[in-house]
Amino acid sequence: MLEAILALSVLAGVFGVLLGFGAVRFRVDGDPVVDRIDAILPQTQCGQCNFPGCRPYAQAIAAGEADINQCPPGGEAGVQALADLLGVEPKPLNPDNGTEKAQPTVAWIDESVCIGCTKCIQACPVDAILGAPQQMHTVIRDECTGCDLCVEPCPVDCIYMRPVETDIRNWRWPFPENRIEAAR
Amino acid sequence: MTRALRDFPGGIQLAGNKGESTSRPSMTAPLPRRVVIPLDQHIGEPARPVVKPGQRVRTGELIGSPEGYLSAGVHASITGEVEAVEERPVPHPSGLPALCVVIAGDGTDEWIPAAAQQTDAMSRGALRRRLREAGIVGLGGAAFPTAVKVNTGPESAVEQLILNGAECEPYISCDEMLMRERAGAVVDGALLLMRALDTRQCLIGVEDNKPEAIETLSAAISTIAAEGVEVVPVPTRYPGGGEKQLIYTLTGKEVPSHGLPADVGVVCQNVGTAAAVHDALRHGRPLVERYVTITGPGVAGPGNVRARIGTPMHELIALCGGYTGDPDRLIMGGPMMGFGLSDDDLPVVKGTNCLLVTTETRFPRPDQAMPCIRCGACTEVCPAGLLPQQLYWHARAKDLDRVRDYDLFDCIECGACAYVCPSHIPLVQYYRFAKSEVRAQEEERHRADIARQRYELRQARLEREQREREEKRQRKKAALREKEKSTEDRKAAVQAALQRKRGEAGTSSQDTSASQDDDG
Repeated sequence: MLEAILALSVLAGVFGVLLGFGAVRFRVDGDPVVDRIDAILPQTQCGQCNFPGCRPYAQAIAAGEADINQCPPGGEAGVQALADLLGVEPKPLNPDNGTEKAQPTVAWIDESVCIGCTKCIQACPVDAILGAPQQMHTVIRDECTGCDLCVEPCPVDCIYMRPVETDIRNWRWPFPENRIEAAR
Repeated sequence: MTRALRDFPGGIQLAGNKGESTSRPSMTAPLPRRVVIPLDQHIGEPARPVVKPGQRVRTGELIGSPEGYLSAGVHASITGEVEAVEERPVPHPSGLPALCVVIAGDGTDEWIPAAAQQTDAMSRGALRRRLREAGIVGLGGAAFPTAVKVNTGPESAVEQLILNGAECEPYISCDEMLMRERAGAVVDGALLLMRALDTRQCLIGVEDNKPEAIETLSAAISTIAAEGVEVVPVPTRYPGGGEKQLIYTLTGKEVPSHGLPADVGVVCQNVGTAAAVHDALRHGRPLVERYVTITGPGVAGPGNVRARIGTPMHELIALCGGYTGDPDRLIMGGPMMGFGLSDDDLPVVKGTNCLLVTTETRFPRPDQAMPCIRCGACTEVCPAGLLPQQLYWHARAKDLDRVRDYDLFDCIECGACAYVCPSHIPLVQYYRFAKSEVRAQEEERHRADIARQRYELRQARLEREQREREEKRQRKKAALREKEKSTEDRKAAVQAALQRKRGEAGTSSQDTSASQDDDG
């Protein structure tokens, strides 16, 4: 009887120490689910989901505070990917958050109108606008995510969202016309 | 000497149809009056234009400077005046325009002075730099910058250079004519490439349906006494001229999936590229001309033409007797891997190996595609050992993860599967579609990663600025308090002194002086 209690106590002590050590040594920093959700989100940082950026939205989804259908730039494909990851049913985009753009866009500043007020620079979530007070501003095309956030603050309305044009660099082969179905 | 050859999997026997264009020697096309030279003729970054409209350029002058590592120079192919630097239609499956330099020729063909070429004293790096400046790219069709291809890095030792003269696709004969007419240049180019790669062996693989080419090359090797260079006839079977297929046939080495030939100690170059290397390094002539096969049932007098880059295609077709019969489509490349062009006014580019004019009777439009019956014929002929059926199903379902699982990117788009398909399914079109979707998805993901990084850095910066402002405010506040405190202290001391003075008026002056000291 006494031996059994002793043996179990010793075992409990040893495993307790092991587990305690493991908890400290192999601690997972941050929430891996948030990272995986964040990896699916398009990183437009547009705030259409009513959160101040993609990562805050990812945190809200992980915490169960937001739905998966609030990201228009991610589109239906993004909702599907989130549904697959989280094991929930996909649902159509919430129209309250806006609609998916037909074509990706980038911001363009009409430099002859720009007064150099820096308001758009402050609004840009990815620092894709270059300029200084009283100096002309310009958009770094390759860094712009097309989030539209710079358009509204501009006091002289000189920022336009232009569609990204297809050239021979980003052209994609079309899906073969479905001649099988056409034949029926 | 016979060499033990391997048999690559799959492949099909096709009628060569090369005799029509090889029956007479190649012609040199007359100088075009106007050339349109695209700045994006190679894989990688397009060249940056370095000429302005109105500027006079001589043949061989640099008009596009290579941008970034994976790029190549672009040169004026005739002498004349730059008319425009603008977007023009270019030969590309999309039919979209791209930036081009338009030169109006003055008919003189004045070359840039050839700098003295001390190639024997050049280091490997200097040879590569020269190839890059001379705009040498792979002339087999893919137009991969040669300078990048021969830069295998200090670690990987190259055992063999393989020159690809197999030319397995029907109708195309530009490499064959080049080997027959410029064998010396090909062999000397091989020697130069061996120097650039620091290797001692070169195998020239030529399909055994080109006996004249094999003969002239062998003769050239013995004339030059090119040590280590050997011509190896390979069996004629499509697509035996595919890079990986030819390497396997000649050496038995398999290029790993997602790998490069350099990973197995081999570098493969087209024979035309070797001749261009010879021209660039021995004569200081950049790549401004190439052999183009003009052939097909829709051309009156098929043949091979040495054409300047940028020449309008219709001029070459006119040189070969013009159209005949009932021309249907104009294809750049061969019947298996080429793509249709919308116009015969497009310029010849570095990757233009063949212009094929089809007729409805000899090249009937593909039949109605029928459902896949899972016969497996495509799997038997796939030279890459893939499962074309599975790729087809998943590409059709747009399941991009699954097509990658089935090694879509090992597909060389040879078209053998679609050729044997009894249901006439345009399989390669599905693979091309899936490949470009996967690439676009990866590009998007890459952009998202950059955006995430920039967003996080911005957040960190805003927080830091906020913190710094807060700290500054605190410091200012503390300084103010300090100041207030010291004024109050002084006031209190004055008060105390006054009180003392009033309280003990008339007594000894010691205390007064002491309190005065304290004040000070």
